[in-house]
Amino acid sequence: MTETSVAPQNNADLAKGDQVQYVNELTTLNLGPTHPATHGIFQNILTMDGEKIVAGEQTVGYIHRAFEKIAERRPFYQITTLTDRMNYCSSPINNFGWHMTVEKLLSIEVPKRAQYIRVILMELARIADHIICNGILGVDTGAFTGFLYVYEKREEIYEIYEEICGARLTTNMGRVGGMERDLNSTAINKINEFLKSFPPVLKEFERLFNRNRIFMDRTIGVGGISAERAMSYGFTGPNLRAAGVDYDVRVMSPYSSYEDFEFDIPVGQHGDTYDRFMVRNEEMWQSLRIIEQAMKNLPEGPYYADAPEFYLPPKQEVYRNMEALIYHFKIVMGEIDAPIGEVYHAVEGGNGELGFYLISDGGRTPYRLHFRRPCFIYYQAYPEMCVGSTISDAIVTMSSLNVIAGELDA
Amino acid sequence: MFVNDLLGLPTEFITTTPLIHMLTNQSVAEEIVKKFGDDVFDFEEPFGMLTFTTTREQIIPLLEYLKSHPQFNINFLTDITAIHYPDALGQEFCVVYHTHSFINNFRIRIKVYLPDADVHIPTAVGLWASANWMERETFDLFGIIFDGHPNLKRILNMEEMDYHPMRKEYPLEDPTRQDKIDALFGR
Repeated sequence: MTETSVAPQNNADLAKGDQVQYVNELTTLNLGPTHPATHGIFQNILTMDGEKIVAGEQTVGYIHRAFEKIAERRPFYQITTLTDRMNYCSSPINNFGWHMTVEKLLSIEVPKRAQYIRVILMELARIADHIICNGILGVDTGAFTGFLYVYEKREEIYEIYEEICGARLTTNMGRVGGMERDLNSTAINKINEFLKSFPPVLKEFERLFNRNRIFMDRTIGVGGISAERAMSYGFTGPNLRAAGVDYDVRVMSPYSSYEDFEFDIPVGQHGDTYDRFMVRNEEMWQSLRIIEQAMKNLPEGPYYADAPEFYLPPKQEVYRNMEALIYHFKIVMGEIDAPIGEVYHAVEGGNGELGFYLISDGGRTPYRLHFRRPCFIYYQAYPEMCVGSTISDAIVTMSSLNVIAGELDA
Repeated sequence: MFVNDLLGLPTEFITTTPLIHMLTNQSVAEEIVKKFGDDVFDFEEPFGMLTFTTTREQIIPLLEYLKSHPQFNINFLTDITAIHYPDALGQEFCVVYHTHSFINNFRIRIKVYLPDADVHIPTAVGLWASANWMERETFDLFGIIFDGHPNLKRILNMEEMDYHPMRKEYPLEDPTRQDKIDALFGR
């Protein structure tokens, strides 16, 4: 940015002039690619006038891993691991979203029990995602305590994941047609324990922040966006709802039996950082409500669909049962062809509408798979949201947008 | 439930009449054909989503029409992407638009086919700010040139790259490998 500046050549020039000339000198500041405040690898080239941001441009793609290209060579089960690595703060949502897309293409009806287990895990993932975003927003405004309180609970959610699929962060959870195993008693106990122990912690977290003068001063009116601009920029999820638009995929086009549950969609008014924080907090309460209802009404029955050609059989079966061994081999080697078709399926991810656009030409792999990543689409609004504010406000704006580099770059 | 809340009725009197007249694929398609005639064709509804094809001259007027239509209100751009069909002569590239009406909860998918020799299409940035990065991504991965785009440069890949990696002529694995040929697996 070689803007302006008729800066005096040296001190002698300054001394010569009758009066000191004030010049408007702009500086370029590289925020990122590896900066603690960006929480991921992406760069913002900010043009600063003193402490004020005049213009900004983002550079993304530092961890672009070409998932869409890789997916064109992989059978469906091997794509689940790619979805893990998009929004790694809430991988189960990505996993199940992908499995539901494939089920839609194959017209597989998933049993109620599997759908409820999925809802429980997706809502736990949403809580984990929002804990990270809101906890770190607190850290960025200088309040470390709340972060430590809620992160302990995030650990408990990861222990529940471990009980169900053995992994913590990149979960690779579930199968096409249902779940890989039923909820065992330890998992049920852990979920029930979490339902009891999380509300007091969240309440305490809210008491630390919601009416905290310093936090309010740092966030109210910072990084605001109007509902019209937010829609024009393709915002979805908590960021759009904070601007006042009550769009939620779980309600608009329910998947996985979300229509069975009673929950509210919190909306904000101003679309600023404080509203985004409050919407995410309230969504955690609503997620708890959904999990409670799902645990109470968890139906009995099978936890996977009767679709042997696509449901990867349990390992014990593979060792003992001829058919299971055959299907195991065929699925793992990618022997089974999918029907021809074109599907768009969207789920409400941690950050908004996570869409999968799958085109199958009848082969064993997708002909084309496109991920609609909410982060990628709304992050382009960032310069507009932070122009005119100071650098410290820009940091909390970015933090509250919850931009996840893995999802941004795919 | 919603209707009852508005009318102040107790929940026993559940009315099933929706407040807004629901859009159907049939009615929307008829209205679009009435307006655009032969420029819209190949209507389908895979898995319930209204899908049709238009020409590159009509794509922006069509999106504008859907956006400003008082009843359709299709005012949210969900996604722009492209598909490469190297074997379809004269229709090698397909640019796909997913649009959504929050008010009617109605989605439309619009496709535009472009020949390999002339991959130009007008930009939708004037209608939606979100089209900016979606089109940059499509340009980066497929090389589709969006005319009138304010800043059409690569976004995910590095600037020095001189090809568009999502095109089908770039295979993922070394094509000379002999241990993975389909014939070995009876395919």
